[in-house]
Amino acid sequence: MAGQNRNQTDALDRLNDRSNPRPRIAVHKFSSCDGCQLAFINAGEALLELAQLVDIVHFAEAGPMDPEAAVDLAFVEGSISTPDEAERIRKVRASSRYLVSLGACATSGGLQALRNFNDDGAKGWTEAIYAQPAFIDSLDTATPVAEHVKVDLELWGCPVNARQVFQALRQLLFGVAPVVDKDKLCVECKRQQHVCVLVAKGEPCMGPVTHTGCGALCPAFGRDCYACFGPAENPNTAALARRFEGLGLMPEAVARRFHFINSHAPAFRSEWLAWKQGS
Amino acid sequence: MHNPDRPVEVEVVERVEETPSIYTLHLRFTDPEVAASYRLLPGQYNMLYLFGVGEIPISIVSDPDFEGPLEHTIRSVGRVTRGMERLKVGDRMGLRGPYGRGWPLDEAEGRDVVIVTGGLGCAPVVSMIRYVLQRRERFGRLVILQGVKHTDDLIWRRQYERWQQMPDTQVLLAADVGGPNWPYSVGKVTVLFSQAGIDPDKSIVMLCGPEPMMKASIDRLLALNVPAESMWLSIERNMQCGIGHCGHCQVGPYFVCQDGPVFHYPELRPWLGVTGF
Amino acid sequence: MDSLGGLPFVGMETSASFLPRESLDTLLEAIRREGYSRVLGPVVRHGAITYTGITSSDDLPKGLRDRQAPGHYRLEPEEGERSFAWANGPQALKPLTFAPRETLWRCELDDNGRLSFLDSALTPTPTAVIGIRACDLAALKIQERHFLKPPYPDPHYAARRESLFLVAVHCSHPADTCFCASTGDGPRAEAGYDLAMSELDHGFVLVAGTDRGRAVLALLNLSPASPDECAQADDEIEAAASAQTRSLPDRNLKDALYARLEHPHWDQVGRRCLSCGNCTAVCPTCFCHAEQDEPALAGSSSEHLRQWDSCFTAVHSYMGHFLVREETRLRYRQWLTHKLASWHEQYGRSGCVGCGRCIAWCPVGIDITAEVSALLESGDAQS
Repeated sequence: MAGQNRNQTDALDRLNDRSNPRPRIAVHKFSSCDGCQLAFINAGEALLELAQLVDIVHFAEAGPMDPEAAVDLAFVEGSISTPDEAERIRKVRASSRYLVSLGACATSGGLQALRNFNDDGAKGWTEAIYAQPAFIDSLDTATPVAEHVKVDLELWGCPVNARQVFQALRQLLFGVAPVVDKDKLCVECKRQQHVCVLVAKGEPCMGPVTHTGCGALCPAFGRDCYACFGPAENPNTAALARRFEGLGLMPEAVARRFHFINSHAPAFRSEWLAWKQGS
Repeated sequence: MHNPDRPVEVEVVERVEETPSIYTLHLRFTDPEVAASYRLLPGQYNMLYLFGVGEIPISIVSDPDFEGPLEHTIRSVGRVTRGMERLKVGDRMGLRGPYGRGWPLDEAEGRDVVIVTGGLGCAPVVSMIRYVLQRRERFGRLVILQGVKHTDDLIWRRQYERWQQMPDTQVLLAADVGGPNWPYSVGKVTVLFSQAGIDPDKSIVMLCGPEPMMKASIDRLLALNVPAESMWLSIERNMQCGIGHCGHCQVGPYFVCQDGPVFHYPELRPWLGVTGF
Repeated sequence: MDSLGGLPFVGMETSASFLPRESLDTLLEAIRREGYSRVLGPVVRHGAITYTGITSSDDLPKGLRDRQAPGHYRLEPEEGERSFAWANGPQALKPLTFAPRETLWRCELDDNGRLSFLDSALTPTPTAVIGIRACDLAALKIQERHFLKPPYPDPHYAARRESLFLVAVHCSHPADTCFCASTGDGPRAEAGYDLAMSELDHGFVLVAGTDRGRAVLALLNLSPASPDECAQADDEIEAAASAQTRSLPDRNLKDALYARLEHPHWDQVGRRCLSCGNCTAVCPTCFCHAEQDEPALAGSSSEHLRQWDSCFTAVHSYMGHFLVREETRLRYRQWLTHKLASWHEQYGRSGCVGCGRCIAWCPVGIDITAEVSALLESGDAQS
């Protein structure tokens, strides 16, 4: 098939070149709510099954503690929000053959990345919220893992979908790259035969620009998508934003649709800026 | 009703490393009944299935009458082919096929067969070359013109050199960038056409490779008075079902998986080189 | 399938029966008695009329009417007792015959590394669908041509199709987005139904199109429809045709569109299009699907699935190292030129049946009839 010679080894080769048949796995936490780690913990039987297939060497929330351990496969939850985290993620990368960023915080900076748009970073909020802000040592920004180290696979979502995580893991156990479906949410929503909430109810649904993966949870209940899985491939945010305005949203409200869980993702950031300035 | 989507089991009986990223798998049907009823034509392909991972269309490089295992030369470019790279002798996989339209064997009889390929070794024509060499008396000259970007890209160099030794067979090679160990031509594959001494009235041309290369070659051949009707080409698209159902491989009014992968040039003329088709 | 239904009711008084409105449930009962244990009909769900399981005529959308426009669909109350006084909602028959997601086969790996390939079960529940429109029957015929074409007829499609009993209702209330009259696919249901009916204020004029349909009618013991009833039914269908304001300029646009592959209007529509695939999902003839494996975590079995795909996705044209259709304008052009041009070469007719769903259910209201007009307006401009 058309293409170039594949002559350099990559993370998948490194993962496959390990000597141990059972991969060693770590789940690391950075700035996050821990909700994505629950994809593993809430998996019930599948988690027991997983324990037969891999060695979980570090997963603080579930018990095993060995943050420095060299592993074949590292899952990283959370954004990089403190000087300590910026240092720690480099160590995690250096000790992992294959690194997966897990969830909105790790892939786009998450909800806390809203502070990236403040002129004074986290300072004003820290002072407003904490009794003794001097103890808080934050970076001015909360940023995705990929802005700090090379990431081999991104699994988006707030939170991630357990089925998506386990399918990716299964593919990596087979030694192949996981399928990453970057289609718009609408494709899955219509497979499930949900009635379009934008067309039938005039809701400002973000589905047409949002990365699929959640299973179309909100439209299943007649609710508009709020883009917790981040931007899809080829998102025409400008056309959707114009449509929201046509539905009666004020420019400020249009801007807010893009300024939420994945505000730092470039496609959403630029659309927010365009409408914020216009408002 | 038979389920045309369901593969049968095959076993890897040999694995040949052609280059660091190209390998050939020799596959044997584990069910003798399936093996006995399997028939293929040069230019056709099989859908190969890697357990738990997925299916991918792969050209068959075997001669149709060869009764041994089926040979598939595969380049590691996507997730499935990279996974297949790790298969070992004795491993099992799935296969269904053969599918699609192969090279025009009847039209080629009695004529000079000119093979034009570009890029990294072109599996879809190998079966045709073998077919001609096995039935040498039924064809005129066999002319093989192969262009590559870099001299390192030429896989099966020994095979080309072996073909060069066959009766009434001419092999001409060209690389965009030459080098000290490259005794052949330098330039695009089209620089070989004048050397080949193609008889426009007697020749049938079969092309395979990147579409811009095929288009440039066709334009050059037309200028050499080779009629459009004497040219055939094999193209690739995203093929997921192989049986004309899934819709991904469409080019103009064709589904490449069934209407191709080999096309008569006049059929594809309106679509070749049009971005988006 | 034999059918008399393509003819007007007038002149067919001997074969057309009349079902009084209050007896509609006896029809549902007769259909169940003929073995169709699941009966789907038009039901309001999440603000739209969708085909959903019904137990009696009380579930039908009585006194409701739809308002449709590009990117817009709403239901409103309407005077009267009618239950079929609406134009199509988002679904056609497509999800019933070409399932949005289904397992094609399973593979099992044993301890010795051997693989077994197993067919998935093909036993769909016999299902009757009430309220099918002419455009959707035309689309069904097109999809049959695609999925059941030799030499590889699809057994999953065939089994689902065979399980259906179709009750058509001639369309008397087209939406503003409808243009079946211009494609020649409606509003009268011409063929492909088991029963067809016209809804009048006091009841239904019924004809059978197949032996299965006649068997159901035989259970009902109905009186013939009167000449007046037949005439009124015909008049309503005619009125539904002339009420349509949208149209395509020609039933075969192949040459016109092939001459405009580089028209600047593709860029223009590419800027508005979300490439979200809603048009292809609601289109009753779009058939593209992706195949993929879903292995169980243990690694010893895998399901091979197919699911609806769309030519508006990137992966649709994925080729290892590049996409054939990266840009939205190329994806839209692929869809439109396939539907209205190359479809003729593949299936002997256009792939559009004029149902108007792609217009109403496009989140940004792109209108296929308007885009075709814009493309055709400026001659065969090539730049």
